[in-house]
Amino acid sequence: MTAFMPSFSHRAGTSAPLSWIAAALVAAFLCVPALAVMPNEKLADPAMEARAREISKELRCLVCQNQSIDDSNADLARDLRVLVRERLVAGDSNEQVLAYVHDRYGDFVLLRPPVTGYTALLWGGPFALLLLAGLGTALYMRQRRRDVETMPVPTLTAEEEARLMVLLNEDKSGDGR
Amino acid sequence: MIPEIGHYALVLALLLAVAQSVMPLVGAARRDVAWMETGRMAAFAQLAAITISFAALMQAHVVSDFSVLNVVNNSHSAKPMLYKVSGVWGNHEGSMLLWVFMLALFGAAVAGFGRNIPPTLKARVLGVQGLIGVGFLLFILVTSNPFARIYPAPIDGNDLNPLLQDPGLAFHPPFLYLGYVGFSVAFSFAVGALIEGRVDPAWGRWVRPWTLVAWASLTMGIAMGSWWAYYELGWGGWWFWDPVENASLMPWLAGTALLHSAIVVEKRDALKTWTILLAILTFSLSLLGTFLVRSGVLTSVHAFAVDPQRGVAVLGLLILATGGGLLLFALRAHVLKIGGLFSPVSREGALVLNNLLLSVSAAVVLIGTLMPLLLDAFGHKISVGAPYFNFITPFLTIPLVMVMALGPFMPWKRADLGGILSRLWGVALLTLVSVMLALWLAGVKPVMALVGIAMAGWAGFGAVWEVADRVKLFRVPLADSLSRARGLPLGAWGTAVAHGGMGIAIAGMVGTTFWLAEDVRVMKLGDKALIAGYEVTLDKVEDLRVANYQTEMGHFSVRRDGDLISTLTAERRWYPVAKMQTTEAAIHTTFYSDLYLVLGEENPGGGGWVVRLYHHPLVPWIWIGSLVMVLGGCLSLSDRRLRVGVPARRAAPVSPALQPAE
Repeated sequence: MTAFMPSFSHRAGTSAPLSWIAAALVAAFLCVPALAVMPNEKLADPAMEARAREISKELRCLVCQNQSIDDSNADLARDLRVLVRERLVAGDSNEQVLAYVHDRYGDFVLLRPPVTGYTALLWGGPFALLLLAGLGTALYMRQRRRDVETMPVPTLTAEEEARLMVLLNEDKSGDGR
Repeated sequence: MIPEIGHYALVLALLLAVAQSVMPLVGAARRDVAWMETGRMAAFAQLAAITISFAALMQAHVVSDFSVLNVVNNSHSAKPMLYKVSGVWGNHEGSMLLWVFMLALFGAAVAGFGRNIPPTLKARVLGVQGLIGVGFLLFILVTSNPFARIYPAPIDGNDLNPLLQDPGLAFHPPFLYLGYVGFSVAFSFAVGALIEGRVDPAWGRWVRPWTLVAWASLTMGIAMGSWWAYYELGWGGWWFWDPVENASLMPWLAGTALLHSAIVVEKRDALKTWTILLAILTFSLSLLGTFLVRSGVLTSVHAFAVDPQRGVAVLGLLILATGGGLLLFALRAHVLKIGGLFSPVSREGALVLNNLLLSVSAAVVLIGTLMPLLLDAFGHKISVGAPYFNFITPFLTIPLVMVMALGPFMPWKRADLGGILSRLWGVALLTLVSVMLALWLAGVKPVMALVGIAMAGWAGFGAVWEVADRVKLFRVPLADSLSRARGLPLGAWGTAVAHGGMGIAIAGMVGTTFWLAEDVRVMKLGDKALIAGYEVTLDKVEDLRVANYQTEMGHFSVRRDGDLISTLTAERRWYPVAKMQTTEAAIHTTFYSDLYLVLGEENPGGGGWVVRLYHHPLVPWIWIGSLVMVLGGCLSLSDRRLRVGVPARRAAPVSPALQPAE
């Protein structure tokens, strides 16, 4: 990524020293998206390349903000992409490649966190919440049914009746509900 | 001089906000009409003061006044005028000023409209709006003064982040903020109602238009942001589950739930406690979004203010507003009376299910966004990215979409599910046809794509079918159907249009997610590449100097079956002042799909350029669908039933057999 920029800037006519531009670029664009997989990284076998892409989407570029190595052009992401392809060529399954990278870089590298004690809330939370919310709603509706049955019929004050009439009259545009 | 006027006006606005919060709240408690009336006047005056302040900052940016630090840091004399204007909110201080400007706008709108709202409730709503204003104005004045001067003034500025110099992004923040801040009105109405100790159907009616404005704006803002990401970040991704995107998605999900539960309050006087809670939570999530983005807890293109002190201040505001609202809720919710009864299978039941699924979705996004931060505090670094969210969300969205199409067919109180399903035979048939079409065009794999298309079809055709059902299309003469369509309340049109928009957007999401074709290759001048039936030729590459950047332009010609159908230009730009590079993709759209070309770097070895080619089927539908959803919101908003306080228009004659609305 950084290698090409000086030449680009040069051709575009800037006079700043190339090394200075390169240094600024390293700092500024470590993680500019868009320019990820390079033609020379691609595997010859399209099926295996497709698998490499799948795996790459699961792996985080460790020096980036929330980017997969598939999306990032940082050097580290490139190294990991090459590594993934090497493992695939060596005959690993997708799971084995992920495990290989996970072993070396830890949980942080996986964009789909592993199910462990720490991530219990993350993985179980949504389903537990759905269940609890459903249960809570069911109980609430039952309780309410009981409450309403024992509730005295509310009456409106004269002033409220009058307001109600005003509002109801506005409603005569035909919807009826 | 003008920046000082702006600064002074901002201090004045703070004092007016204090008046707007104290006077009407006290006035409402003492039933003192004069004090309550002061709140309205203060709201107008506050808007005037903040408008002056905002205009002053705008002026400094437009004329490139480099004695103002904010202009120096975010502008450049060579920057195009559009971005000089949008640069006002393309930075932390300016965006916070925009935030309070919107807040004052909504405050003044509440003060000006809604003459039917009882004076005490209105005073309390204005008071709470004033309190929020006090918090944020203090925040700006103490930690983020946009009018700070710099001496000596530099010759030129540092330019705006080039990624933000884009027409799509220029208006993304105002819409987003209109949404975030709009939910403050719902919050104020909820808090006001809790103080009053009373929620009735009329309350639902008053809250809905504000929620609709906020929701439609937020939808627009999010869609613009995602559109921008699509064409600007350079590989056609439209949603990345980035924490900052999630920060805007959470209030959208909660706000969508609120929009629907307020209907139940309005029509059936039920779900009142829940709706109040939801109103508080929706605005809290908006504040959380502001906090996450502004604090620098998450670093990204949005975090132009990476400053812990400011983060703590926004966190304080968040805790005050959420904590205060929830405390009041805990203390006062029991006084709200129980409303109408309904069977689980009914319009209300469908809306409850909608609320349940949307709220859980918002919670899931919250958990996924905050969990890495939380675990980090305990020394465990994890990443929660797209694979996690893509795994979890279908469990919530699939049932949600199924209910979405069913809900509008259900009558209130009690419905016959079997009967409704049998009435939906046409929707089922059309959905089946679209799945078969997808199968024929794209094959059986991936299966999730077919599930997705089924969802899109169910939602989209469901919405069309609903309107057809209401106007009795083909069951009565066409002229009758037309007159029924005219008589249909705009609210009902709004529902159908918004739901249909969702269906269109889902189709777009599915298409580009599952059927994307891509290629990356080195192309020399004259080289041809084939993708999805297009033949792309790289014709010319040239260097140009434009405004505040230099650009390398790749000219491509696109042929299909030998016929030239388009010439495209993809750019790589270099902003020397900001020292940043951006890519401008070349996009040829047919509205069914996009051909998307990116010019990469020059091939280091043997000449030629790295070119990325993508074919995104259905992708434009994401934004077309979003726009349709916004249109649905606007239609609902113009339903005269929501315009309480407008002099009653003569009711249009309507046939008595007309299907009930919504």
